[in-house]
Amino acid sequence: MKPTDTKDPEYFHRVVDCQYACPAHTPVPEYIRLIARGRYSDAYMLNWESNVFPGVLGRTCDRPCEPACRRGRVEEQPVAICRLKRVAADFKDDIKDRLPDITPANGKKIALIGAGPASLTVARDLAPLGYRIDIYDQQKLGGGFMRSQIPSFRLPEEVLNEEVNYILDMGIATHFDTYISSLKSILDKNYDAVFVGSGAPRGRDLAKLPGRQEADANIHIGIEWLANVAFEHTAKIGKNVLVLGGGNTAMDCCRTARRLGGSDVKVVVRSPASEMKASPWEIEDAQHEDIPFYDCHVPLEFVTENGKLVGMHFDKVAAEYDDDGRRQLKSTGEPPVFFPCDDVLLAIGQENAFPWVERDIGIDFGKWDMPVVDEVTFQSSNPKVFFGGDAAFGPANIITAVAHGHQAAVSIDLFCNGQSVTQRPTPGTNLVSQKMGVHEWVYDNQIENSERQIVPLADKACALRDRKLEVELGFNLQTALEEAERCLNCDVQTVFTESACIECDACADICPTSCINFTANGDENDLRSRLNAPATNLEQDLMVSDLLKTERVMVKDENVCLHCGLCAERCPTGAWDMQKFDYSVTQAGQNEIGS
Amino acid sequence: MTYHRPSFRHPDLPTNELGHTRQYYEGALSTLCAGCGHDSVSAAIVQACFELAIEPHHVAKLSGIGCSSKTPAYFLNQAHGFNSVHGRMPSVATGANAANRQMAYIGISGDGDSASIGFGQFSHVVRRNLNMLYLVENNGCYGLTKGQDSATADVGSAGKRGIATAFEPIDLCAQALQLGATFVARSFSGDKQQLVPLLKAAITHKGFAFIDVISPCVTFNNTTTSTKSYDHMREHVRQADVVDFVPAEKEITVDYAPGTTKELTLHDGSVIHLTKAQSDLDTSDPHAALNAIHDHKVRGEVLTGLLYLDTELHDFHRVINTMPTPLRDLQEKDLCPGGDVLQGINSGLR
Ligand SMILES: Cc1cc2nc3c(=O)[nH]c(=O)nc-3n(C[C@H](O)[C@H](O)[C@H](O)COP(=O)(O)OP(=O)(O)OC[C@H]3O[C@@H](n4cnc5c(N)ncnc54)[C@H](O)[C@@H]3O)c2cc1C
Ligand SMILES: Cc1ncc(C[n+]2csc(CCOP(=O)(O)OP(=O)(O)O)c2C)c(N)n1
Ligand code: SF4
Ligand code: SF4
Ligand code: SF4
Ligand SMILES: [Mg+2]
Repeated sequence: MKPTDTKDPEYFHRVVDCQYACPAHTPVPEYIRLIARGRYSDAYMLNWESNVFPGVLGRTCDRPCEPACRRGRVEEQPVAICRLKRVAADFKDDIKDRLPDITPANGKKIALIGAGPASLTVARDLAPLGYRIDIYDQQKLGGGFMRSQIPSFRLPEEVLNEEVNYILDMGIATHFDTYISSLKSILDKNYDAVFVGSGAPRGRDLAKLPGRQEADANIHIGIEWLANVAFEHTAKIGKNVLVLGGGNTAMDCCRTARRLGGSDVKVVVRSPASEMKASPWEIEDAQHEDIPFYDCHVPLEFVTENGKLVGMHFDKVAAEYDDDGRRQLKSTGEPPVFFPCDDVLLAIGQENAFPWVERDIGIDFGKWDMPVVDEVTFQSSNPKVFFGGDAAFGPANIITAVAHGHQAAVSIDLFCNGQSVTQRPTPGTNLVSQKMGVHEWVYDNQIENSERQIVPLADKACALRDRKLEVELGFNLQTALEEAERCLNCDVQTVFTESACIECDACADICPTSCINFTANGDENDLRSRLNAPATNLEQDLMVSDLLKTERVMVKDENVCLHCGLCAERCPTGAWDMQKFDYSVTQAGQNEIGS
Repeated sequence: MTYHRPSFRHPDLPTNELGHTRQYYEGALSTLCAGCGHDSVSAAIVQACFELAIEPHHVAKLSGIGCSSKTPAYFLNQAHGFNSVHGRMPSVATGANAANRQMAYIGISGDGDSASIGFGQFSHVVRRNLNMLYLVENNGCYGLTKGQDSATADVGSAGKRGIATAFEPIDLCAQALQLGATFVARSFSGDKQQLVPLLKAAITHKGFAFIDVISPCVTFNNTTTSTKSYDHMREHVRQADVVDFVPAEKEITVDYAPGTTKELTLHDGSVIHLTKAQSDLDTSDPHAALNAIHDHKVRGEVLTGLLYLDTELHDFHRVINTMPTPLRDLQEKDLCPGGDVLQGINSGLR
């Protein structure tokens, strides 16, 4: 292999698994260290700068970082990154004086359609630069789906209000209770740019299923029903409830139903349980609230008596896979299964809908009637109109919406300054040695063996009585500290200088996880087959040095490096050093344009 | 601040026939200087014992005094150990081996420990052909007492103090050959590819196996003027053969080109494969080995690899005709044959 170019910021970036997996590239290990040092406000602000909603995300994030976390490859469970973020939010001081100053108006006007996390992120990035921001939403408050969909027992309203208001208080002009029925009408108002963050607001129906019409009064589209609950238009549901669907919406529906009078709530899914889309922890939470799951049941009909819904018939199926791995659900031939019920909640998917976007205003629509949006710049074919969040590429999650928002803000700022949106600013990076003295490092390099801490829950009976009572109680400071210490500090990089190496093998001998090798060079597959320990995780890089004196190379498999620093500790010549790598995504207005 | 070795290991470490990973053969965290060759030797012993699938509690580690003699603490945590007096490891090894011949004995010594204060003990344990691995971690100095020249330092070699050695060196391999050792090898701590198979063969060999491992003292004798430095060794090593060790039960899976390798069968059926490298040595001839050592030394080179192997079985226990049972397993009836036998003896003396 060629020597690894560690000067390329993406190399060390990839080593920080959690940060790399986070769509907004939140500097996870850095904020976890701040929590371990009791600097909650600092940890909060670091989060706030990259993901805008630390309190919200610390409770609700889809956490793509956790499956990526290196700790999960070294032992069973990753670091509870998400719940540590909540710790920063829960224990911070008043941070209002740390929010950015607003520079005087720059004369530019931007419209944001929808007040979900994507639009709010654009507002947060552009308002301090002097842009005038008009934000439109059909709901009476800001927050988008974070408010209308995510139930209060997962996300208390105060937490959401606080973080939405940090942004709205930057002098944003809000136009709530305002449904935009024509994008053209907005464009006609001569905004310098328009950002569409309208989400994916349409829930799927089973319009053609027999009985659908007759039973209509007791059939509810999940996301509409959740919004009605959130805005207190709906306060009750029948005793027997069927929730159709296996995603996160289904989990929120069934748990909400349990709180509004549903004493027998069942989740019924078409696919096998193993293929359910809901996150494992959401499934666990639903099961904890005594909600049974029936998988491999395909809806056949709504059954009514005297014009009222009394239950549903399902066909039992089995999943079969063809040679290409494509799944087919085949009926088992058993007689239909009947589940009695008073109400049905449909949580079978969600779609984009742009009836309010005219097709003759320069915005191209492509596959599935979705607007054509650039994946890097978020610009549509109308250069003034940008899309982000669920509206851009379909339903995802909050942190993805935030990441889109940041990039769209960068584009809008470039666009409004007459610059090319494709000349993006480079990320900010820095490498700093952590060595302080003999056996002394700036970071705590001792590896703790403790297992993942469990988040305590509110009493179940109380929680089921009160729709607004938050179920998860969060870590206390002791458990937070113990959890924080599980972090391996993957941003403290092992930096190798071949010219200093005397090939004494000390580092290879001491490395607890057998990462380091001195061997003859070869191509990647060949090298991977010859290392001291199996190097089968192809997603993790090999760091390869230049030729050493013995004509061998140093090969380090990054996969399960503990970042313990023992290699640097045992190296007689300082050929290894532990250096902290900072990586920050450059935001709107933060630096000169890269090349 | 001290530091600790994390207890996590690579999750997919291979296991040996006993189901153990390499971790099972580790020892305490070394307190030697960072980069000391001795630590590499410990790592090679861990690897060799793992590959041989020895139960650590069937091993006794014995040593004298010195940085080298400290290292048994750094491998095979669960083995028996005796850290004895300076230069006295051979006596302790002899006693232990006499009492129980079923264990594997690994003696670790230094060039000071073996070539100076323990030189007499060294000579005698070789003569006895005690069934053990005797390993000298040879750094040409007394590391533990801050780097004084040892008896293996070459004339003219200078360590950190900067004063060249004035006296002729003792070559421990040559000594072992002259005293009748049945397995003699030399290696380098920086060459595990060679050292690990040599260790496996030496531990398996039934008789006295001596390995002199040049193991640089990174603190006191790794200077540009030293002949025991990493750089000097890398430039002046000449490998006799490339060594491969195939244990008795294992099928031979590597293809050895006919004629280019020599096959040596050990007492238990294990095989050592030697592939010619940089010398043309007949490992069955002690004189040839002595000559080769000498010839290379004259050229300023260090010949490494297996130098001599005697596959005849005549270790200590065989020579003095002891019983096979370890003393600790002898019962009263074995030790006290009874009145009739005593009478017989007594009457024979009348
Ligand atoms: C039930 C449910 C639970 C979820 N739980 C989680 C979770 O726990 N964690 C997570 O990360 N993600 C979750 N998600 C997904 C997440 O809510 C969305 O991905 C995210 O909110 C998308 O953000 P956005 O800014 O693109 O749009 P949204 O948050 O959808 O906001 C769009 C806003 O635009 C408004 N709007 C749309 N069209 C118009 C119009 N024409 N005029 C005026 N206003 C308009 C809508 O009223 C809405 O307020 C959940 C989704 C659902 C349905
Ligand atoms: C009887 C006795 N004499 C002297 C000493 C001091 N002493 C300790 S270690 C040592 C030399 C060790 O040299 P070596 O065996 O080469 O070990 P190294 O430290 O170089 O590995 C000496 C002389 C001692 N401990 N005991
Ligand atoms: S920091 Fe160094 S010693 Fe520790 S696991 Fe990583 S490579 Fe190994
Ligand atoms: S410990 Fe240092 S000098 Fe020794 S092999 Fe490793 S990097 Fe090279
Ligand atoms: S003094 Fe020399 S022999 Fe002793 S530990 Fe240090 S480097 Fe090794
Ligand atoms: Mg010595």
